[in-house]
Amino acid sequence: MNTRSEAIIHLENISLSFTLPATSVQALDNISLKVKAGQITGLIGPDGAGKTTLMRLLSGLLKPDSGQAKVLGLDVLENPQLIQSMIGYMPQRFGLYEDLTVQENMDLYADLHNIPVDQRAGRYEKLLSMSQMAPFTARLAGKLSGGMKQKLGLACALVSPPRLLILDEPTVGVDPVSRRELWQIINQMLQEEHISVLMSTAYLDEAERCDDVILMHKGQILQQASPQVFSQTMQNRTFLAHSTALSKRHLQARLSKEAGVLDALIDNDDIHLVMQQTITKGLPEFKDIENLHIRPTRPHFEDAFIALLKTNPDPENAITETEAQKGYQTSNNLNQKQSSLKNDTSDYVIKVDKVVRRFGDFYAVKGISFEVKRGEIFGLLGANGAGKSTLFRMLCGLLPASDGKVEVAGHNLRTASASARARIGYMAQRFSLYSNLTIKQNLMFFSKAYGLRGKQQKERIQWALDEFELADYYNTNSNDLPLGYKQRLAFAAALMHQPDILFLDEPTSGVDPLARREFWHRTNELAESGVTVLVTTHFMDEANYCDRLIIMAAGTELATGSPEDLRHRFKSAQNPEPSMEDTFIALVETKAENRKNIND
Amino acid sequence: MTDHFSTPAHNNFSPQRLKGIVRKESLQILRDPSSIAIAFVLPVVLLLLFGYGVSLDAKHVPIGFVVETPDTNTQSFISMFKHSDYFKPQQFLTTHKARLALKERKIFAIVRLRNDFSDQMLSSGDSPIELLVNGVDANQARITEGYILSIWQLWMGKMAQVQGKPLQIPVMIEQRVWFNSALKSRNYLVPGLIAVIMTLIGAMLTAMVVAREWERGTMEAILVTPVHLTEFLLGKLIPYFILGMGGMLLSVAMAYWQFDVPFRGSFAVLFFSSTLFMLTCLGLGLFISTITRSQFVAGEVSILVSFLPAFILSGFIFDINSMPPVIQWLTYLVPAKYFVAIIQSTFLAGNVWPIILTNCAYLILMSVIFFVLIMKKSHKSLE
Repeated sequence: MNTRSEAIIHLENISLSFTLPATSVQALDNISLKVKAGQITGLIGPDGAGKTTLMRLLSGLLKPDSGQAKVLGLDVLENPQLIQSMIGYMPQRFGLYEDLTVQENMDLYADLHNIPVDQRAGRYEKLLSMSQMAPFTARLAGKLSGGMKQKLGLACALVSPPRLLILDEPTVGVDPVSRRELWQIINQMLQEEHISVLMSTAYLDEAERCDDVILMHKGQILQQASPQVFSQTMQNRTFLAHSTALSKRHLQARLSKEAGVLDALIDNDDIHLVMQQTITKGLPEFKDIENLHIRPTRPHFEDAFIALLKTNPDPENAITETEAQKGYQTSNNLNQKQSSLKNDTSDYVIKVDKVVRRFGDFYAVKGISFEVKRGEIFGLLGANGAGKSTLFRMLCGLLPASDGKVEVAGHNLRTASASARARIGYMAQRFSLYSNLTIKQNLMFFSKAYGLRGKQQKERIQWALDEFELADYYNTNSNDLPLGYKQRLAFAAALMHQPDILFLDEPTSGVDPLARREFWHRTNELAESGVTVLVTTHFMDEANYCDRLIIMAAGTELATGSPEDLRHRFKSAQNPEPSMEDTFIALVETKAENRKNIND
Repeated sequence: MTDHFSTPAHNNFSPQRLKGIVRKESLQILRDPSSIAIAFVLPVVLLLLFGYGVSLDAKHVPIGFVVETPDTNTQSFISMFKHSDYFKPQQFLTTHKARLALKERKIFAIVRLRNDFSDQMLSSGDSPIELLVNGVDANQARITEGYILSIWQLWMGKMAQVQGKPLQIPVMIEQRVWFNSALKSRNYLVPGLIAVIMTLIGAMLTAMVVAREWERGTMEAILVTPVHLTEFLLGKLIPYFILGMGGMLLSVAMAYWQFDVPFRGSFAVLFFSSTLFMLTCLGLGLFISTITRSQFVAGEVSILVSFLPAFILSGFIFDINSMPPVIQWLTYLVPAKYFVAIIQSTFLAGNVWPIILTNCAYLILMSVIFFVLIMKKSHKSLE
């Protein structure tokens, strides 16, 4: 039974397909791989790459159509129960019973793993102290915050000491502080109990912390290597650019149009450039951009990810280079009617003054104030449950404020006329589309809902199909679309009536890095043309795309300012270039300390 | 190292795992107000509604009398009606007025005594009457007609006795109602309702709670533990079995003490047959849950295949023998039909062994079929 030195997972020619009403999807396409014991293996790839399917197959939840799969030296088809007694599995939604308490959830999993009652106390104590949950054992799991739920889910998967821990996107939607704690728990288990971990993640910085990374794409494995190997392939292809003459966003747009550039991305104060080919001598040159300063930089893991996916063009999900460039070319006609804005006299389009929202005795938002200028991208950042969505709904007039003032273009949208509302574009969380309507029908519906008729309506629908490259899926039900396409469709629907102000609620949640990038390119274009954008996100790195932002936690403001300002506040000797995530963690910690000082 | 990971007997049935699931399920029931409502509040509401609100009896039916020549004979005939609980007689001077009242639904039937009522009575001992009944509600019309005729016969018998004459009609119906001598519809509705209530708890609640696990993503986590399918299913069944039997006992107690429904059979028979019926319902519920993964669909399907048939096709309200043959065959698929037969006879007739045994046999057969189907249909995977 001792397979420690060997592969803990061994797949040979595994294929698995699903049959949908309309089509059949090859979720796993002839996959062979080995995963070593005693380390953390990361599973990454765009949405629909087959990550979850692979994990379910390993846990005995799905059966392969062909091929052989061995976990812990046992065949998954022959010995699923034996394997299940030796692994811990945490599905995407944690698998907790919300109407049971923390203790009851742990008891259930202990029972299911047949752990004798007298052996439990020590295990519970260890898990509870590791996850800092000891004070909350009597609390219902449904009443825990997102981060605590995630830690409880992990504790339940660890109740019976597993040899292999399988985690499916354990950190999605969880705040950076909880994310860090989760990693601490995993590392501690790795050292003390010599478990092996297989985890999928949408955060590429997490992949960098793994010992081994498997990059999947369309049911196949593109590469399996250590993160260092991934990054090494990008050696001499990454640079930081910076211009005193151009704004970051402008520079990014210019650079990404240049020949030889694979990707350009705002990275803190600079533009992070990824070149198509290795630059062997000197630096890349861009002649017509003034005052440009370029210096080489260490490649990020994400660069390798993007490079690998962009060189494996996927007609369905990823943006190819040509597509991205086409996006920039057509950007000028993205929104032509912006001149109407210039007549507006007030500088501030959105005003929020000491807004409060109560639900019973729970304060979802307590006294938030900020103002947003025309043509600004303003970000609302915070973990799940920070109060972003509540604040957002008050701004859109979907929810009345308990106290304080909310104004959008001089109106309270709750009482504003239809004409005032027509200036607003809204993209709801989870892309509220009609799932059983086709792309065409969705666009017809939304354009009509915004009062477009006849020739104008036809033109806008055609525009949406061209601009968002939706024509291929014209007659597909939006439910069957890949997530990236759903996001595009929702975005297109929000823009049908050429709004001046855009509200985007978690537009990038659950969407893979490629689709996120494409989304931000488009949003930047809109802002450049004068549209005011208010956007919520729980991805801290996306803060860099905003002109200004507010960081929220537990309904209150942690900080407001430009991303540069906020980051520079936490510059220190150890961390001369703090990331947005470092900033967030520092902010949360400072706040906790302040509170402690007050209490003392 | 390996010792640390050596696994206990994972392949055998484990009482501890079963206990874990039973406890989890029980806690969820206790914390979910809707299951408590379905198991205990709903039965009370339904029983009160059917016990007091719905009555299929004819009582205090307003009827109109048109007497063309009033005399002592007509007087004594009408007084028979006045003394009956079933009627509320009203006199009209002309047929026309009575008909108007009938059309306006002030009265339900008209009894006309012609001017030769007494003469006929004296000469032949047989005095015909004219009866007009509003036939819109056929059931009520038939009952009313029957009551009126029996009162008429009773009165004629009495008159014949008074005059010392033998009665001239060829057959004298001497009525005796068995089992439910007071002809109270409540006496058979309430026991039948218990079958409906148990169907609700057993099939619908069970189907919904399994679908809930799929919806909330907890099923996925449970399936990856070494739990046995039988442990999982039993763990679901036991708490809901207890809940359902609790609902049954509550309903029986209400029937007996609140509605004074006579209970003539043995409680052991009732309990044993309820157990069988409960298992059949749970089997049906679990079977529904193996084919649907959303609570909404599970709820709809269980209403369609368990609740409505239990209501309509079980013989609880509507007599199966008077249904068209096709529908009658269909009723053989309705588990509630067998239990309604058992529970109505245990309440009203006592232990009628042929009824009890055949119907119990059907229930056993059905529950076995459901559980075989469940074991075949469900497996520890996501497909």
